[in-house]
Amino acid sequence: MKIRKIGTAEEKIELQMTPMIDIVFQLLVFFVMTFKVVVREGDFNIRMPAASAASSAVDDFNVPIKVQLKAGLGGTISDIIIDDQESLRDATANKNQMYELLSLRVAEYKEETSVGDFASELEVEFDTDYDLRYEEQIRAITAVSGRYDADDNLIKLADKIKFKDPAN
Amino acid sequence: MKFKEVDDTGDDSADLTPMIDMTFQLIAFFMVLINFTNAEASDEIKLPDSDLARPPETIPDFRLLLGVESNGKIIAGGRIIDKASLLKPYLDREIDNARVMRVERTKIKVIIRAHRDSKMGQVQEVMQACRDVGLEDFTFRVKERPRRTPGGRFG
Repeated sequence: MKIRKIGTAEEKIELQMTPMIDIVFQLLVFFVMTFKVVVREGDFNIRMPAASAASSAVDDFNVPIKVQLKAGLGGTISDIIIDDQESLRDATANKNQMYELLSLRVAEYKEETSVGDFASELEVEFDTDYDLRYEEQIRAITAVSGRYDADDNLIKLADKIKFKDPAN
Repeated sequence: MKFKEVDDTGDDSADLTPMIDMTFQLIAFFMVLINFTNAEASDEIKLPDSDLARPPETIPDFRLLLGVESNGKIIAGGRIIDKASLLKPYLDREIDNARVMRVERTKIKVIIRAHRDSKMGQVQEVMQACRDVGLEDFTFRVKERPRRTPGGRFG
């Protein structure tokens, strides 16, 4: 019968470090290569029921504010028309002011239609030119969604945003 | 003249413990920070930013992610589609998947990630293609912009 030799306490157990370091470095390289600084993203909700299911004018007391966005050269904004009446280009010097005025008009409308402490539910319908850049549309949506007051508090404006039905 | 004593123990291996410690810490750091949630989002699409956009508060039961590149091409389910009118087979397939998960088509959240330079008409064509198959809940996804100074939001 063979008797296994039992190691003495003085014998040193050699750990093979090389494969472990290889794997560890490969893992490190993988994570470094796939690492991406994540930018926080947010949403703007838009509800657009199908034309047949859309609410009829009879039971809908909240008439949406109609905002036309006109595209200029290179898809930039050239004019904003509110309710087919007021052109904001005539009243402002540049497009930044145009968006600021749009926000102000929506805020005024909200204040007019609110009763006491009950803020009205505001709906904005955009009629946008085909060539307008998406970035300009987002700026317009931002302008009608809310604004900051002098104390830097957010005042919410439009609760619902939709786009003009191409069928109409 | 003094001579420096030469180490003749025969053990010339470097102490690897600090290096392994550091390397494991680096791996742990990158593992914690790695984010696969946006793996489906195309790097080609540069989103516009807004200081009013907020991350969604609830997770939709079923969501559809559609990307619109600056040249108007649509990214749906990892494939590039040339025109919005060609989206229907993909949308029908996804609606079937939602039905299996007992989610009504009106409750499906369509998340649109459009490039900031894409034309709004192209985005609306995508929305119309979705509406044609009964989808109605849309979301424009944008980059969050931290608010800087009062009054400077359009600057």
